[in-house]
Amino acid sequence: MKVLVPVKRVVDYNVKVRVKSDGTGVDIANVKMSMNPFDEIAVEEAVRLKEKGVVTEVIAVSCGVAQCQETLRTAMAIGADRGILVETTEELQPLAVAKLLNALVAKEQPGLIILGKQAIDDDSNQTGQMLAALADLPQATYASKVEVAGDKVTVAREVDGGMETLSLSTPAVITTDLRLNEPRYVTLPNIMKAKKKQLDVVKPEDLGVDVTPRLKTLKVVEPAKRGAGVKVPDVAALVDKLKNEAKVI
Amino acid sequence: MTALVIAEHDNASIKSATLNAVTAAKATGGDVHVLVAGENAGAAAAAAAQIAGVSKVIHADGASLKDGLAENVAAQVLAIASNYSHLLFPATASGKNVAPRVAAKLDVAQISDITKVVSADTFERPIYAGNAIATVQSTDGIKVITVRGTGFDAAAATGGSAAVEAVAAVADSGKSAFVGREVTKNDRPELTAAKIIVSGGRALGSAEKFTEVMTPLADKLGAAIGASRAAVDAGYAPNDLQVGQTGKIVAPQLYIAAGISGAIQHLAGMKDSKVIVAINKDEEAPIFSVADYGLVADLFVAVPELVKAL
Repeated sequence: MKVLVPVKRVVDYNVKVRVKSDGTGVDIANVKMSMNPFDEIAVEEAVRLKEKGVVTEVIAVSCGVAQCQETLRTAMAIGADRGILVETTEELQPLAVAKLLNALVAKEQPGLIILGKQAIDDDSNQTGQMLAALADLPQATYASKVEVAGDKVTVAREVDGGMETLSLSTPAVITTDLRLNEPRYVTLPNIMKAKKKQLDVVKPEDLGVDVTPRLKTLKVVEPAKRGAGVKVPDVAALVDKLKNEAKVI
Repeated sequence: MTALVIAEHDNASIKSATLNAVTAAKATGGDVHVLVAGENAGAAAAAAAQIAGVSKVIHADGASLKDGLAENVAAQVLAIASNYSHLLFPATASGKNVAPRVAAKLDVAQISDITKVVSADTFERPIYAGNAIATVQSTDGIKVITVRGTGFDAAAATGGSAAVEAVAAVADSGKSAFVGREVTKNDRPELTAAKIIVSGGRALGSAEKFTEVMTPLADKLGAAIGASRAAVDAGYAPNDLQVGQTGKIVAPQLYIAAGISGAIQHLAGMKDSKVIVAINKDEEAPIFSVADYGLVADLFVAVPELVKAL
């Protein structure tokens, strides 16, 4: 069984982004970019399934600008076998990405598609579900445990009240939550090996997908600033402030 | 122009996140209908009919809808979607699970986690872990939306008298099956709806200490207990207590953060709280930059003292 793992290049999670002064977006020029943390977990899970022998090939896919090749090389250094870049300079929204992935699913026929549950830049949490809908596959979102047995996959999911377990018939779409696994560090020899792995570049037109954005971003602003707080010397002063000044208890 | 709110419910009652979504739906300007899809969910449908401002409840009842499987619930929504201009889901685990599936089948973009309705096609939503607020306009015919509960007041749960219309439940997709559920036992207020939240971080050191220190404070204040990712990952607290970008988004009247450094990802989940109190040993901790009241102290001393002083 093949596994397809979509990965996204995003602003590194430690960077505190700045909103551009003209309100057109956030400033990502000269900012450190990395693989979306949830996608690292997805790649790790796919590679572990391969190490267990239930998966034969792990294909990493990224959609976006040419620099996404670096993200794909990282995925290959973790253990993905080959990469596919769908290259475009157009702004890609989740629906467009889901359509691009759907075209690749039709071509590659993977048994599982493992995505991150959300990207930490647009915070949408849509692509996996949309892909499942377009490809008419079952979905298990927010996975914290994945077990493949024959043509069934059992997934434990993190939901609001606790955990829930589903059984899906493959092919299926899974999105990862934080506690699914601990992604491994890439080692230098593996980074070197990843450079030799196959990386194909295709265009959205080759896949017959129209990626025109459906949502227009009118403006991006900074969130309202909180007023400066005060430090209190002791617990008594804190209780006094909460009771008499803030009046919240 | 009519908006449909997909109710979150447990077959017997309506979950509070639905009430916030109803308020958002009203703001889009038309009538508001509510879909209750479940099995033996008559009581939930009756409760939905009581919500102020709802003009019709659509009740789909069948075994395929019992456990809220995304494939079946999405199909149920799609069966009636063409009657509506807006489809609104609460931005909860189940709403976020189903909404994009519906949007993709309708070939429309979905607008996630809205915090404000500017007009019928324009909405505000936070991006980059809440470090920027984007105003987005949808060019699609049907707007599929998830609503961040803390962005909208709850509609009154009583005072309405909507008609309940029964519709046939969709057939089971046969592609997924529900196996089981493990519910975290919790007799405290629900985290996302609580007026007061006390939250613990890695500094608590162990699950025992977490319970020993945080529970008396929560009891005293009638508060819900939250946790940082570090505390959850270390196993001090169950994961559905996690507050942050990837956990629950909360905005209580009072948020007390004990032993939490205040990483961007945690702040994303709580910085809209009315009053934030930080208790931390490290006076350089980023949490103090958002705290209204900061106490630089060892939480193992300060929290029990606080319990005594309340």
